Amino acid sequence: MIRFLLKGLIRDRHRSLFPVMVVTVGVTVAILMQTFMHGVMDDMVRSNAKLDTGHLKVTTLGYREIARQMPNDLSISGIDRFLRGLETDYPRLEWTTRIKFGGILDIPDEAGETRSQGPAIGLAIDLLSEKTREIKRLQLAEALVRGRLPADAGEVLISDEFAHRLGAEIGETATLITSTAQGGMAVHNFVIAGTVRFGMAALDRNTVIADITDMQYVLDMEGSASEVLGFFPNLVYDDRQAEEIVREFNDRHSGGGEDDFLPVMQTLRMQNNLGEYLDLAAFRVAIILVTFFAVMSIVLWNAGLMAGIRRYGEIGVRLAIGESKHQVYWRLLAESFLVGLTGSAIGTALGLAVSYYMQEVGIDISGMLQGSSILMGNIMRAHITPASYYLGFIPGLAATFFGSAVSGIGIFRRQTAQLFKELEA
Amino acid sequence: MGNQADRSAGEAAPAKNGALITTSGLVKQFPTGGYLFTALNGINLLIDRGEFTGLVGPSGSGKTTLLNIIGALDYPSSGSAVVLGSDTKHLNHKQSARLRNHHIGFIFQTYNLLPVYTVYENVEFPLLLLGMEADRRRRAVTQALEWVGLTDRAQQRPAQLSGGESQRVAVARAMVKKPEIVLADEPTANLDAENSHNILRMMVELNTELETTFIFATHDEKVIRYLRRRITLRDGRVVEDREMEPDYTT
Repeated sequence: MIRFLLKGLIRDRHRSLFPVMVVTVGVTVAILMQTFMHGVMDDMVRSNAKLDTGHLKVTTLGYREIARQMPNDLSISGIDRFLRGLETDYPRLEWTTRIKFGGILDIPDEAGETRSQGPAIGLAIDLLSEKTREIKRLQLAEALVRGRLPADAGEVLISDEFAHRLGAEIGETATLITSTAQGGMAVHNFVIAGTVRFGMAALDRNTVIADITDMQYVLDMEGSASEVLGFFPNLVYDDRQAEEIVREFNDRHSGGGEDDFLPVMQTLRMQNNLGEYLDLAAFRVAIILVTFFAVMSIVLWNAGLMAGIRRYGEIGVRLAIGESKHQVYWRLLAESFLVGLTGSAIGTALGLAVSYYMQEVGIDISGMLQGSSILMGNIMRAHITPASYYLGFIPGLAATFFGSAVSGIGIFRRQTAQLFKELEA
Repeated sequence: MGNQADRSAGEAAPAKNGALITTSGLVKQFPTGGYLFTALNGINLLIDRGEFTGLVGPSGSGKTTLLNIIGALDYPSSGSAVVLGSDTKHLNHKQSARLRNHHIGFIFQTYNLLPVYTVYENVEFPLLLLGMEADRRRRAVTQALEWVGLTDRAQQRPAQLSGGESQRVAVARAMVKKPEIVLADEPTANLDAENSHNILRMMVELNTELETTFIFATHDEKVIRYLRRRITLRDGRVVEDREMEPDYTT
């Protein structure tokens, strides 16, 4: 009987092709939406984590409140001891110190007069120590466009776009004009070792990357750092564990105190509204899947009704020949199961194939990010997750089954007694 | 056309080889626009194994309603219709389906073949419902197609067949499970004279060979000439029930 059903399905395109196409398209779209949402959010989270938030971030309470203003006067002092404490207490995580700063980068001419200048956003990281993992973490070698990575004190990297705008060349002097942590004016000459491009509009515009020891000296912050970032192994964020660590750390170190210099830890989700973004993304994926399920169910329900009308005669004959209403109903459901299975399998394969392509190639959205301060890549990529394998498949199968189950109820309402009249009509 | 042994209207006919179908005081009413329309009114019939019987009468006389009740497609409002020992009034949907599946074949005016299946598969379908094993099924289908002379068209689709051929497939489908009863509602209405006679001759042969009881609902003279018993209905009552000498000449 299964073979008989299969033959009918394969030969009758109205019964198979249209519903299979609907399910295939629906499942493909659902998977694409899911992988894209996940890819974009994943990229955003990863970029934010690496460049700004870490998986965990420790600052002083006062710094946290006005972090956007980069208040380096509220930095953590005794940073070496503090860092060792963190490494002892949480040895699974990699800890690193950073300083953010702002200023003006001035490119002088041969006479020492300003040739060009522009506002700069600076990031001071551990560039030169032997144990540093920052170069790998920020993929600076991959981001390098011209020149080389800094090898000595006094060397900096600047974003390639910034260098072009300023007309700065590798090996030239760049003067950073900024303010110290105490509010005094600071002017320091650096040598441009190389230029970098991260593929993120917010970073590529006017970034300066300097060694943290240099900047501690320039900003008069010896022994201090404004931020300490913690990273889970392999850069895989674990929200539950992060929250546990934050709770434990804050209970121990700040405990509800209000002193501006108390150290306070935050998870990635607590910063830059990332928690809201992540929740919103998850909510959107859920909405997409529910909508997809509802729309497909309605479409397939109607397809089932249309097929039911078209197959009214056939069903009548089958009832007359001796198939019971239950048997007809269950066989319709079996057909829908086969249709759902086929459509969902093709749709999943197609969705994953396109997602894979989009994961590898992506879509260039740099034009849309001009002037944006969001830390996300210029290439929007999909990201296939284990959920991608079933998030379209199961609703695809269920919607087909549900649509047929609802439309097939008409079989039970049919008066068998009318068969002869109907069939002669 | 012979017309001997006039049976009194409304009285059950005597059994010959054992009654297959018995109706007693059979009444069927339908609610129509606030009142009950009586389609069958006190039908008493006894149909024996191997009969070649026709329910004859004008439209609205109750032929199809009676065929529905005999085929367990409908229930009597009162009275009883006992088919192969089962009172159709007390059968649920599943039991009715089982009765039709095992013992009754249907032939329709418009053939009603399943269009996506081949001739072979159309004839095979009732056997699939019976859960018959593949070997027996193949033999039965081949035999049924031989009966109707369509072995060479086994792999054709219904759309590729003529009207006469389609109805022969319908006959093969009805006969393949060798049912005790075949119910045929105006089986020749869409056929020309030659095809009608071919189909009817074939049915007579099957009736003789397999002792299958054929019951027709018809007002087609071509069919009536082949009947051995004619039950005339008018306004839901049997007005005449007589045995006849069939006329097989074309």
